[in-house]
Amino acid sequence: MTSPNLRIAYRFLTAKKRAMVMSLSCTVLGVGLFIVTQATTSGFERFFTKTILGINGAIRIEDKIQDTMRSMAAAGGGDSHFARRDGVKYIEGIEEPQALMAAVREFANVRGVSAVVRGNVQLQSAFKAEDAQVFGIRLEDHVRVSDLAEQVTNGSLEDFRNSPTGALVGRVLADRLQLAVGDSLVISARGASRRVQVAAIYETGYREVDKTNVYLHQAEARSLLKRPGGATFLQISLHDPARAPQDAARLEQVLRHSVKAWQEREKTWLAVFRALRISTMITVSVFTLIASLAMFNTLAMIVLEKTKDIAILRSMGYERRDVTRIFLWQAGIVLAVGAIAGALLGAAVTWLVSQVPLPINGIFKTDRFIVTWDPAHYAGAVLTAVVMVMVASLIPARRAARLEPGDIVRGTAQ
Amino acid sequence: MSPPPPAPAAGPAWALRCRGLHRHLGEGEGRVHVLKGVSFEAERGQVYAIVGPSGCGKSTLLYLLGLLDRPDEGEIEINGRRMSNHDDAARTAARGEHIGFVFQFHFLMLEFTALENVMMPMRKLGRLPPAAMRERAHALLDSVGLGAKTHRLGTQLSGGEQQRVAIARALANQPAILLADEPTGNLDVRNSNLVFDLLTRLAKDNGQAVVLVTHNPEIAQRCDVTRPMRDGLFV
Repeated sequence: MTSPNLRIAYRFLTAKKRAMVMSLSCTVLGVGLFIVTQATTSGFERFFTKTILGINGAIRIEDKIQDTMRSMAAAGGGDSHFARRDGVKYIEGIEEPQALMAAVREFANVRGVSAVVRGNVQLQSAFKAEDAQVFGIRLEDHVRVSDLAEQVTNGSLEDFRNSPTGALVGRVLADRLQLAVGDSLVISARGASRRVQVAAIYETGYREVDKTNVYLHQAEARSLLKRPGGATFLQISLHDPARAPQDAARLEQVLRHSVKAWQEREKTWLAVFRALRISTMITVSVFTLIASLAMFNTLAMIVLEKTKDIAILRSMGYERRDVTRIFLWQAGIVLAVGAIAGALLGAAVTWLVSQVPLPINGIFKTDRFIVTWDPAHYAGAVLTAVVMVMVASLIPARRAARLEPGDIVRGTAQ
Repeated sequence: MSPPPPAPAAGPAWALRCRGLHRHLGEGEGRVHVLKGVSFEAERGQVYAIVGPSGCGKSTLLYLLGLLDRPDEGEIEINGRRMSNHDDAARTAARGEHIGFVFQFHFLMLEFTALENVMMPMRKLGRLPPAAMRERAHALLDSVGLGAKTHRLGTQLSGGEQQRVAIARALANQPAILLADEPTGNLDVRNSNLVFDLLTRLAKDNGQAVVLVTHNPEIAQRCDVTRPMRDGLFV
């Protein structure tokens, strides 16, 4: 320890053990709780995001935009005219999916693209009938834009790939129709019916999807839905899904189709998660505020008790800024120890929380509490503590520096 | 073992000089004119006693001379350099380099050992490497008879021992001026004599000007110069 100010700060602080332990505990708790709450709230949000990206991809291209132009005479007449875009009209579906897919693949952030044919159908098993939606896919394309490969719980994608009349049925739908892998069912649409066989059962955890979606090979779906060409939508996966809004805007501009990023598609749920995150941040900020108040209290007490020492230091040639630094060092020591211990506590509690059984099935499926391990949470917690504690410490530190040594000595000596 | 000899004194014979110092204390109706134009000089190697009744202004004068306080009027020169109008940083630097203080109530930093207390002014001045600081602090504590107690905390030392550590600390940076406010006021007769002898011997050995404020007539008589004060003026 080379700095005399740091040495003095350390001794001042350790001399007030009880107050120091209190400040330290508050800092540790503040940092730890910040990390735990961020890990848990963002854990669910990220899991939700992963689930919906695994089902619907990062971007969907649906309908073609048809521009309408209207020429109007400018008010006031004359020969001048201007063209105004006064609205957007959509032509349902994708007319030339292959050309559009080739164009989409030119975008650097695009990882995969899959053309999907969708239609409403009725399913009939040996026990029951249910309304559903058929998704006609090319398996090789679709596994690149979804997590279908990981979502299969019974049977295998290989069976689906090798069976032209195979179907992938959602877990909830399969349960309702009492279907198992290898069972057959009848799919009816637009007056036509086909018998298909359950090649595999999948589960996304998103109940609405698992209850209604049935995947068929695209040729089979086209035949069933009487749709020989085109596609209902293109599903796109991105290398960096966070950039989806920018890519969607660019795709829409270039391809003249309606393009929606996942952030827009799921904005309701994302808003809920954001509100939850903000609310927990506010709660945790209160803890950090308490930590800073505890530090303020400790330093204010030390300033009161150490006025004589401050006078001695000033009489020995220690400047006002040295006195300020001595008190800021004390806050710094508590912060350094508190940040490390708080981060360890946060990590330990986060791990414990991640072991808590918590079955959720609705917008995603999980058996345990979901947490995120993100260094940004640790950095954010430490940064928040540093700002709050240092701001709170500045007041007593500056007060100590303002003390006049002559006043102190005179007050004690006389 | 005695500390290393001081650097040869340069500049004027006097280490400390003040002219026409005025100082008021208090506010409003309670405002008191404590110093009423005091002038004083202290030469190197001389021991000065400022004596007088309580409230005559002797401690106030000492704090002004030590640059711990600012005069309302008048000039203070340390080693030929006028300091009364300088800013806080310059006055603080001058304190660290040229002035050593010994206070009545010892004012040791109790969380630190005797050795650390003595090293503290040296650490701030930063003139010596750490090993040399430690060596000098040991030598100073030896010279005040505390060579065996260098690693004791302030709380583990008696009043007389604490005051001896304070003297060693005051001498740490080899200041030109040693200011002592009632250095024996809180000690018994034996310790009073011990502390006074130490102060004067070390200061004389090192060619330092010593100015001490005291109520003790025996101590005052043993000084080279005694300056009685009354009502804010030397008489």
